[in-house]
Amino acid sequence: MEQFKIPIGSVIEGIINFFVDHFAFLTKAFSKVTEHGIEMLVNLMMFFPPWLLILFFAALAYILTKKRGIVLFTFLGLCLIWNLGLWPPTVSTLSLVLISTLFAIAIGVPLGILAAISNIFYRIIMPILDFMQTMPAFVYLIPAIPFFGLGPVAAIFSTVIFSMPPAIRLTCLGIKQVPKELVEAADAFGSSKAQKLFKLQLPIATPTIMAGINQTIMLALSMVVIAAMIGAKGLGGEVWKAIQRLQPDKGFEAGIGIVIVAIILDRIMQQFGTKKES
Amino acid sequence: MEEKIAIENLYKIFGPHPEKAIKLLKEGQTKDQIMEKTKHGVGVADASFVVNEGEILVVMGLSGSGKSTLIRCINRLIEPTSGKVIVNGEDVTSLSPERLRMFRQHHFGMVFQNFALFPHRTVIKNVEYGLEVQNVDPNIRYERSMQALEQVGLKGWEDVYPAQLSGGMQQRVGLARALALDADIMLMDEAFSALDPLIRRDMQDELLALQESVHKTIVFISHDLDEALKLGDRIVLMKDGVIVQEGTAEEILTNPANDYVAKFVEEVDMSKVITAESVMVKPAAIASFKTDGPRAAMRKMKHAGISSIFVRHEGNLIGMVTADSVIEAIKNGEKSLESSLIKDLPTVSPDTRAIDLFQHLAELSYPLAVVDENKKLKGIIIKGTLLAALAEGRHNGGTE
Repeated sequence: MEQFKIPIGSVIEGIINFFVDHFAFLTKAFSKVTEHGIEMLVNLMMFFPPWLLILFFAALAYILTKKRGIVLFTFLGLCLIWNLGLWPPTVSTLSLVLISTLFAIAIGVPLGILAAISNIFYRIIMPILDFMQTMPAFVYLIPAIPFFGLGPVAAIFSTVIFSMPPAIRLTCLGIKQVPKELVEAADAFGSSKAQKLFKLQLPIATPTIMAGINQTIMLALSMVVIAAMIGAKGLGGEVWKAIQRLQPDKGFEAGIGIVIVAIILDRIMQQFGTKKES
Repeated sequence: MEEKIAIENLYKIFGPHPEKAIKLLKEGQTKDQIMEKTKHGVGVADASFVVNEGEILVVMGLSGSGKSTLIRCINRLIEPTSGKVIVNGEDVTSLSPERLRMFRQHHFGMVFQNFALFPHRTVIKNVEYGLEVQNVDPNIRYERSMQALEQVGLKGWEDVYPAQLSGGMQQRVGLARALALDADIMLMDEAFSALDPLIRRDMQDELLALQESVHKTIVFISHDLDEALKLGDRIVLMKDGVIVQEGTAEEILTNPANDYVAKFVEEVDMSKVITAESVMVKPAAIASFKTDGPRAAMRKMKHAGISSIFVRHEGNLIGMVTADSVIEAIKNGEKSLESSLIKDLPTVSPDTRAIDLFQHLAELSYPLAVVDENKKLKGIIIKGTLLAALAEGRHNGGTE
């Protein structure tokens, strides 16, 4: 059976090599630019003293959610992280999550809209999404390196790929769930496709899209941690170091930091999703 | 009256090979047979009718009769399989998608059964929607929408969200949304069916009152014959995608085209539908005030076998005299009917409904006069003939 191996691996390698040979200069250039962007964002956040930034995040939580519990948790959680000496890696993790989420949304939401409008595109993209989501996350790390080099941009690339599917799926679902009668009414009044999309479908789909974005953020956070293996810094990097040096104390501390960041992001985003409905 | 919408041989078949189904239909097969043989659904089969400018045409039928499909074929929310829909002389079925969109914007206001209001927009924003799509200037848009809201009696509710309104009020918003467009045609798809009966009746009255001032051409879909009779200047009755009868309320009631229509009609409370005009009879004799004295009047009554007679002067009804009072006048040697004339007669107009006639008749010992707005005598109603007409209208006694 194994005498003739079906060359899946070598074909994929060939494809990747082809792209690396012809496009790596582009991706490398892109990598440089993005790296600067990340650096600037990190530097900006590190420029302010931690207490100011913590107050800023707590205030942001208040503005976005108006819930005392979440504000308190944000404040105390971030103070704990600061106390554990994990502030710089947390800032770098946050910037990575922020940037990859922005990319994932910028690509995912339009693709989701397209999938909702075009049946053909829907049939093409759905199996691809299934594939993307079941493929173990680590695998994405490998081709990222030749294109973007070791470091944060490769991490962002694999994070975007890994975290994009829910944004696409739920955008598509949200639009498809708009009641038929409403779409019919919009048609009856002579709306163009764009008017229908922006005046009816997107506003009504917003809570669902937000739920998708929430999932994207959570996936991005988990992937950013994994991406520490290819040189992304941040809380994931701390965990990775702790594994290599067999330091359970450091590992757990960094782990707790990740949990705190995850809870804060999740709670704030959840508010976004449900706010529209009332 | 001018033809506003003309529908010619319209078919809507659901399925991949509609031509097969149309062929079978033309061979006289029914909807069910075609479904069984070809798995094609027949929505509308060979429908042809016209809607005149400024009238309310009610398309009525039970669920599954194709009436909702038919109304959607008019503005092509559902693409007709074949046939023509001519609106203002233009064939809607041949419009390009872009032209169709423009055509919808300017000619069709639509009201839906389940309101179909946009939940994320306030009442005023819902009403403005049609104008917004047309890129009308925001100020004009607002003004016209407020006007439409006022017309449906919802002034002061503009900043509320639809979910905060009752069903009846939501449908008023739906109505205002269609009115604000200032389109010449209103398509109303079971617009009042989701409302409870009392509110439905109010809305029907309001629609009729509104129609007095806006004079739209309205195609109204309904499954309720009472509603159809009340609203429709004319009614188109559908069954299994086929038009079974078309005509005024009266025509359908008194002359059902087939058993299906007759069965429908049976359930209608005839007393609400029949008018004075349709049950009145010609008086057997009439006295003229100018030429007939008491003796002449007496002779006319005797001849016709009646005990009272209406008196006319220059074509107008001025009163009546009874046999008793005339005999009295003869005894007194009077030459005119002046002294025996009963002047303040109760009268009704030709479009008084039968149910109201009963009340009048109950108080009278003589026939009821039907007069037009000029006091001209159109006919009389005798208790016996009214009951007979109702009994006949019900087809040998309905259930009620």
